[in-house]
Amino acid sequence: MYLLHGKNITCGYDTDDILSECTVGVEKGKIASIVGPNGAGKSTAMKSIFGLLKIRLGKIFLDNEDITNLLPQERVLKGMGYVPQTNNIFPTLSVQENLEMGAFIQNEDFSDILDYVYDLFPVLKEKRNQQAGELSGGQRQQVAVGRALMTKPKVLMLDEPSAGVSPIVMESLFQKIVEIAQQGTAVLMVEQNAKQALEISDLGFVLNQGKNLYTDTGKALLSNKKVRQAFLGG
Amino acid sequence: MEFLNSFILITNYIIFPGLTYGSQLALGALGITIVYTVLRFSNFAHGEFMSFGTMSTIILTWVFLDSNIKFGTFPTAIIVLPLSIIFTIIYCLLVDKFVFKFYRQQKSKSVIALIVSIGVMFFTGGLIRFIIGPGDKNFMDGERFILKAKDFKMLTGFDEGLTIKSTQGVTIILTIILVVLLFWFLNKTKTGKSMRAYSDNQELALLSGINPERIVVITWIITGTLACVAGTLYGLDKSYKPFTYLHLVLPIFAAAIVGGVGNPIGAIIGGFVISFSELLITFAYKKFFFYILTDNFLPNGLLQILSTDYKIAVSFIILVLVLLIKPTGIYKGKIIE
Amino acid sequence: MQDKQHIILLFLSMFILIAFVGFFQSWNLALTIFNLCIISSIMSLGINIQWGNAGIVNFGVMGFAALGGLANIIVSMPPTAKAWDAGAIYILFGIVIFISSIIFSILVWLKSGLSKKKKYIINFLLIILGYFLMRYIIDSPIKAIEAIEPAKTGYLGGLDLPVIISWPIGGLLAAFIAYFIGKISLGLRSDYLAIATLGISEIIIYILKNEDWLSRGVKNVNGLPRPVPYEIDLQSEPWVLELTKFFNIPVSEISSIIVKLSYSCIFLVILIGILLLLEIAQKSPWGRMMRAIRDNEVSANAMGKDIKTRHLQVFVIGSAIIGIAGAMLTTLDGQFTPVTYQPLRFTFLIWIMVIIGGSGNNFGSIIGGFLIWFFWVQSEPLGLWFISQITTHISDANIIKSHLLENAAHIRLIFMGMILLITLRFAPKGLIPEVKR
Repeated sequence: MYLLHGKNITCGYDTDDILSECTVGVEKGKIASIVGPNGAGKSTAMKSIFGLLKIRLGKIFLDNEDITNLLPQERVLKGMGYVPQTNNIFPTLSVQENLEMGAFIQNEDFSDILDYVYDLFPVLKEKRNQQAGELSGGQRQQVAVGRALMTKPKVLMLDEPSAGVSPIVMESLFQKIVEIAQQGTAVLMVEQNAKQALEISDLGFVLNQGKNLYTDTGKALLSNKKVRQAFLGG
Repeated sequence: MEFLNSFILITNYIIFPGLTYGSQLALGALGITIVYTVLRFSNFAHGEFMSFGTMSTIILTWVFLDSNIKFGTFPTAIIVLPLSIIFTIIYCLLVDKFVFKFYRQQKSKSVIALIVSIGVMFFTGGLIRFIIGPGDKNFMDGERFILKAKDFKMLTGFDEGLTIKSTQGVTIILTIILVVLLFWFLNKTKTGKSMRAYSDNQELALLSGINPERIVVITWIITGTLACVAGTLYGLDKSYKPFTYLHLVLPIFAAAIVGGVGNPIGAIIGGFVISFSELLITFAYKKFFFYILTDNFLPNGLLQILSTDYKIAVSFIILVLVLLIKPTGIYKGKIIE
Repeated sequence: MQDKQHIILLFLSMFILIAFVGFFQSWNLALTIFNLCIISSIMSLGINIQWGNAGIVNFGVMGFAALGGLANIIVSMPPTAKAWDAGAIYILFGIVIFISSIIFSILVWLKSGLSKKKKYIINFLLIILGYFLMRYIIDSPIKAIEAIEPAKTGYLGGLDLPVIISWPIGGLLAAFIAYFIGKISLGLRSDYLAIATLGISEIIIYILKNEDWLSRGVKNVNGLPRPVPYEIDLQSEPWVLELTKFFNIPVSEISSIIVKLSYSCIFLVILIGILLLLEIAQKSPWGRMMRAIRDNEVSANAMGKDIKTRHLQVFVIGSAIIGIAGAMLTTLDGQFTPVTYQPLRFTFLIWIMVIIGGSGNNFGSIIGGFLIWFFWVQSEPLGLWFISQITTHISDANIIKSHLLENAAHIRLIFMGMILLITLRFAPKGLIPEVKR
């Protein structure tokens, strides 16, 4: 039973469909990755699930509730957190202010979530008063993820979290993602580094040309010969 | 003693006027900078917004004086300021609703919005001249001086006099109050932070649930306030003539750019850089050296780096130099394409 | 074909508008408007080639027009002999020294291997030194020159050549200054460039206002020579008297009409000449390249340095055209008055003309120049008429009515702002849109 479920999504720009009848989803407390070659429609799938792109056909469910017609902001209120691939922080705001902006929608006290994020990313607590734009790539990514966590989302969506960071940083970032999932938040992410992503994923979706090619557990996909040859470089 | 005299001379002719004019420029530059970072265009109509605010103050001052409402020796213009601020804000919001909003929704290039602001400049300039006429208006009433040169000399026994005009005092105090309020708002309140967030990254701000239309309204409220106060203070200090406000827009842009457009602290520093350079470069240092040098060493001439006629040109020269050498300004500003 | 008809129709309506002025106000006024319309159109053409074809925002129209005006003085006024005795040569010498200090510091900046901090200090000192050396050399000759019959001359004077030569010279002077401005500022993004050019044009005006030895400053230079006959001389010509009898209008008026008509003819020739050259340039590969750069700067960037050179070319050419128009304007006025150079009238009004006419279309710029100048002049009486119409029922003693009538002239600013805003909103391509070639 998926917590977040994009069912048979068909969408695209103008008349060209980028996604056709594509289905992705993630269960509570689990990690799901969407992988595939360039132009497979991975990011499009993320954007359409979060409501940044209008879908032509299909439905999106969160916790069995149909959210297909909600605005992105409304989805945030329903319990979705989204980290875009680029421009995902407020560079001249301090780290702490970035996190506060994440909780902007909520009117209640968010100090406990702030503590949670700081526990998760101790380096952010250290640099809480520094401008986010001055941080290193990996630290900025942490700010971005932290910002999305501030609404205590049921599902966290990450668009290429490892883009532009070094392999070592990526590894520790993935470690954090596992921690986040263990705390009960479902994580749905798109990754260019398919191998590493599938290693930590409970579920993997291999997309090609906008269609579901394979859907299986991360382990199964990693051991699937065809997948390895076609998408994981052998 | 002689040294102190020269110091008083500098205080009287450079420090106080520089602080005053610098404050006026800084308030103006803050307005331009805020529109630039949040709404993302260079607003050439800002000088006219300042003019509009001043006009409102003048008319309200007349109304108050006509109904014999006076507040001792306090300038009436400052009393009516809150009302004229409201008028200016309403005007800014109306202009936004009927003009700028369209281009924001179209996501037009910033240069198009700039040209649009020139249309607004023409319109507002015409409206102001139509309402109040093009002539010179002096609307300073109440006590003119906080400290008179004569009193200062009597009190201290120095040869050189020190004057503090009421307008200078009012300008500096009001500027400090406004700037403190502004920075408190931007850095400490939720709305202020969301405004900065919006100017940093519009997309992400939308995703975070920040309402852009609300940000726009707040931006114009701040801009209108700053414009009205800056214009009124300038008009009180010098005199009000619609024509001069058109020309004021360039020194204000100079201040904003010198400090680094998009950076509020930069705008304030830029204002003072411009005002003090204008005064320092066009000040005749003869009397200054008269106090500290003996007659034998005193050179001929006024000892002026540039004639006073070039006073405003100094700001343009600095502007051009900064644009050529370091376009991001003293404080690295925001570059918006 | 539709386009051509559209253009012809627009121009025809424009001429009818001006003819209306001739019939209902006076032919003298109609011709005055017509001549200034031509000059405005030429200035618009200058901006159009920069903005319409290359996307360069030049807010320095005022400065280039004033440089053209300055050319009038330098070329056509008689030299002040005593000024040259008083040491005019020292002034030139001083300026050369200052300029060489700047050039030297640029060389230091580019060529020397010093650290940035040292370069700043050396350049600062060099320029300061050059400046004070210049001041030391030029201050006393300037005083001497400005003291020579200050009511009449008090400046260097000119070369005493026919004034018409000053038009191309004005263009060259503007081009020369534009080259340096463009060289240093074209790399800026568009709104900084706008502010920079506006600032530089203000500096130019300040210099012209205050350097009395050069342009007499705010004392103005009056009595510039003309390329056409004087009214007084015409009034004694037999053929003029014939015309007076034929049309049955006073000789003073007919002579003034003849003068204005002669200007119109010369101006029209120049307008058409410039228009033809621009049209040829736009159709050439050079013009196509220009538009390619404007429409897609990113991919054009791949061509590298070329963009900068092309932008500089366009900036210089456009500014030269404005310089020519500025020189023509000063000749038409017969005097050089620096205080009349206002950004509102010289820079922003020209921009309105280009936008209304249609950015990127030369015919558009011309019609824009005509139309906007026409309304700039005529909206004053129009405003007055409008106000008196809406206040007819209010008694003349009413203070509001008299106030409104007094300030009615300023409606023209409101009017101009409205035209610009409405065009940008509802017809951003202007009256004659750019032709997609």
